[in-house]
Amino acid sequence: MAGLKIEGITHDWGARRALDTVTLAVEPGRFCALLGPNGAGKSTLFGLLTRLFVPQSGRIEVAGHDLAREPRAALTQMGVVFQSSTLDLDLTVRRNLLYFAALHGLSGKDAEHRAMAALERLGMAERAGERAGALNGGHRRRMEIARALIHRPKVLLLDEPTVGLDAASRAAIVSHVHDLATDGLTVLWATHLVDEVHADDRLAILHRGRILADGEAGVIGGDNLSTRFLSMTKEAA
Amino acid sequence: MSVDAVSIAPPETERLPRARPFVALVAILQREALRFLGQKGRLVAALVRPLVWLFVFAAGFRAALGLSITPPYQTYVTYEIYIVPGLTGMILLFNGMQSSLSLVYDREMGSMRLLLTAPLPRWWLLFCRLLAGSLISILQAYAFLAIAWLYGIRFPWIGYVTALPALALAALMLGALGLLLSSLIRQLENFAGVMNFVIFPMFFLSSALYPLWKMAEASPFLRDLCAANPFTHAVELIRFALYAKGNLLAFGVTTGAFVLFAAAAVWGYDPARGFTARKA
Repeated sequence: MAGLKIEGITHDWGARRALDTVTLAVEPGRFCALLGPNGAGKSTLFGLLTRLFVPQSGRIEVAGHDLAREPRAALTQMGVVFQSSTLDLDLTVRRNLLYFAALHGLSGKDAEHRAMAALERLGMAERAGERAGALNGGHRRRMEIARALIHRPKVLLLDEPTVGLDAASRAAIVSHVHDLATDGLTVLWATHLVDEVHADDRLAILHRGRILADGEAGVIGGDNLSTRFLSMTKEAA
Repeated sequence: MSVDAVSIAPPETERLPRARPFVALVAILQREALRFLGQKGRLVAALVRPLVWLFVFAAGFRAALGLSITPPYQTYVTYEIYIVPGLTGMILLFNGMQSSLSLVYDREMGSMRLLLTAPLPRWWLLFCRLLAGSLISILQAYAFLAIAWLYGIRFPWIGYVTALPALALAALMLGALGLLLSSLIRQLENFAGVMNFVIFPMFFLSSALYPLWKMAEASPFLRDLCAANPFTHAVELIRFALYAKGNLLAFGVTTGAFVLFAAAAVWGYDPARGFTARKA
């Protein structure tokens, strides 16, 4: 499978178990929401998926590449939007994108072309010359998504990308990333907000380091995903 | 927000870009240079400290300190002349630590994460950051030497050329130390500890402000500590290079310390072992 595969990941921080045999497989072109309350282990899982640190046991496969054995091939296929902003606020939007493109081996006209195409795609082409620090929160997030797509990855990881955004910006970004999945991108979207999950999305509920449910959101949530999510995480507490 | 869905995923036949180490290196150097140029006050701040030492401290101590003829000097020198290589080293030391501070800041702010998820060997990414920081250090050191020249403290012309490799090695060594410290410091607030426990002892327990024979008169033990301090050797390397002379011991110790600090920093940033594996 060329999407994202997480098999039996366990990770401890000292005596505390952050992830307990987490297994999840997201097929290509699917939007998968990783829903969990604060402290569920989402950020630890993202740290492992992006190889900031390695799991104590288990295995991760990105677009068919084992992250432990072929880290560079796996990272090439991966676009990431981190929870905290990773922009250089002193540099222009265009410079930020070109810097990232170069880290992925893109330079010259190809990088310029891709950067502009990515900005146009997100409706931000006219802001290319602005300092990133001058953008509002919603535009910064859009820019980070555009940047994560420059090298045309097959898998896009987003760690609570709507934190701190107003309702309109949040809805727009959720909708846009759903469209990206429709176009063939595999998306893993970590969130603690149930209204970001569509009924036909793949849904995995993570709580206290364990997957409590994995399936189609409409099936897991029934009539009211919010109520179901609260009761599940309360039951498990 | 008007966003039109367009095809994102590459066709199966399209080749993904391959990460190119030198493209990344140029980008990282460019980013640091742009950031440096964008922060106008940074150069001024970097130069104020050694210039205060030169114009005030050295002037005050000129009368108090008599310096005998020791290599590389062939005649008596004024205290200002003696202190300039040490103050040049001070710029490299502080800038190396500033790089470490900015790495900790970058990690907290996230841009370090972006760098470390690039599909390149981690040691290469760290080396690129180290090189970028060192280049900024060297530029600052030459700016200081230019002001000293205007002030009347001049070295042989060839010395300004032969100093370049010495400045580069010293900057890399001190930058590698900063890199290592950044892998050990958990939070930005802990940086004050670095000032107290690393920068000040390294600077004062060195030959930057006084020759080692002078220190030996006060305390042989302190002199031994100074002799074991890699910063002493970095300063001596620069001092000799400014007179187009080599100092094998200084070169050996500075190179050895660079290799040691750089290897430990790579270990510290290893995803399976070092600091990053202990912190979410």
